[in-house]
Amino acid sequence: MSLDKPYDNIPGTVIFDADMSRKGFHLNQFCMSLMKADNRARFKADEKAYLNEWKMTDEQKQAVLDRDYNRMMALGGNIYFLAKIFSTDGLSFQYAAATMTGMSQEEYRDMMLAGGRKPDNESTGDQTDE
Amino acid sequence: MSKITAGVTTSHVPAIGAALDLGKDKEPYWEAVFKGYEFSKKWIANEKPDVVFLVYNDHASAFSQEIIPTFAIGCAEEYAPADEGFGPRPVPVVKGHPEMASHIAQSVIQDDFDLTIVNKMDVDHGLTVPLSLMFGQPDQWPCKVIPLAVNVVQYPPPSGRRCYMLGKAIRKAIESYDDDLNVQVWGTGGMSHQLQGPRAGLINQEFDNDFLDRIVNDPDELSKMPHLDYVKKAGSEGIELVMWLIMRGALNDDVEQIHRFYHVPASNTAVGHLILNNR
Ligand SMILES: [Fe+2]
Repeated sequence: MSLDKPYDNIPGTVIFDADMSRKGFHLNQFCMSLMKADNRARFKADEKAYLNEWKMTDEQKQAVLDRDYNRMMALGGNIYFLAKIFSTDGLSFQYAAATMTGMSQEEYRDMMLAGGRKPDNESTGDQTDE
Repeated sequence: MSKITAGVTTSHVPAIGAALDLGKDKEPYWEAVFKGYEFSKKWIANEKPDVVFLVYNDHASAFSQEIIPTFAIGCAEEYAPADEGFGPRPVPVVKGHPEMASHIAQSVIQDDFDLTIVNKMDVDHGLTVPLSLMFGQPDQWPCKVIPLAVNVVQYPPPSGRRCYMLGKAIRKAIESYDDDLNVQVWGTGGMSHQLQGPRAGLINQEFDNDFLDRIVNDPDELSKMPHLDYVKKAGSEGIELVMWLIMRGALNDDVEQIHRFYHVPASNTAVGHLILNNR
């Protein structure tokens, strides 16, 4: 029997469940390695070479090189693991979140200052920008 | 006998820690957040808890994908601040209370809640940011801390109901500890936020304010809210709010709310904070 997934249709949202966890295992474990300063230095010195030390798919490696967070999540990455990448880059959660929305940093910051993305419909949580 | 004298809830946004650590706390953006904790700092200086039982979630810092415990209680002497990718936060090492933690683990496990026991782990912003918000920037934290880490990273996290009932078992455990200690229980995380995908930045002020009302006055009903409601209404990371129910389960049915604060935004997140008197 496959996993029951009542959360499959929430717009703009990937739920990190056991299937995603399996898919993203090596990507996420690579992220964990960036919790050590020595590894961060090696990664920064040659990202491709460092990524090649991990049993990740080529797609996952490319998504990391591109800093494409939506892609990384589609390939099994979880945001709390991926946070180690943008932290290594010296960037904030807000910066990374903005890149996932297609908004500019300024637009995203202004939206948050204005109270955040509004849930316009209780059942779907669909978004409106302002 | 030990006594739970108060409950505290607070968000634990990493950027709040960064703002403090980098000396940005006087900037208007952050001042608006820290203002909500001015009362709390004075209050806790008078209360002088001996032990804080601190419910939080590890954000893939102590626990990688190798081991994912649903509930993990820290029984160590001390916990170092974790390096989350930008070096550890410059805050004091967190001192544990291994004797009381082990007593709680034994009592709660015999009460049918199968906790994982952790004797060595680093603690991330989920635990240290609440300490900073409540105690500021001291050279040493003024109390012992017993960490309880809850899985909210990989679906499914424990249900709100399970969390609430666990809180009740924790209360029984704390109140059967021989030494006369002043104990507070803190529930951290939330409020509404989503850190991923095109829906990032979601904030639901109506949901949050209703949650703040009900965690005080109607926790039993609130604890029955299913996961999916949290994710849909409060965002994928809003699910952290189940941890507040552990705190609430550890308190009396009737409590006195002595402080309430709500502010949007801190980075991507709505900040909510309560102090509940349990005397
Ligand atoms: Fe969190």
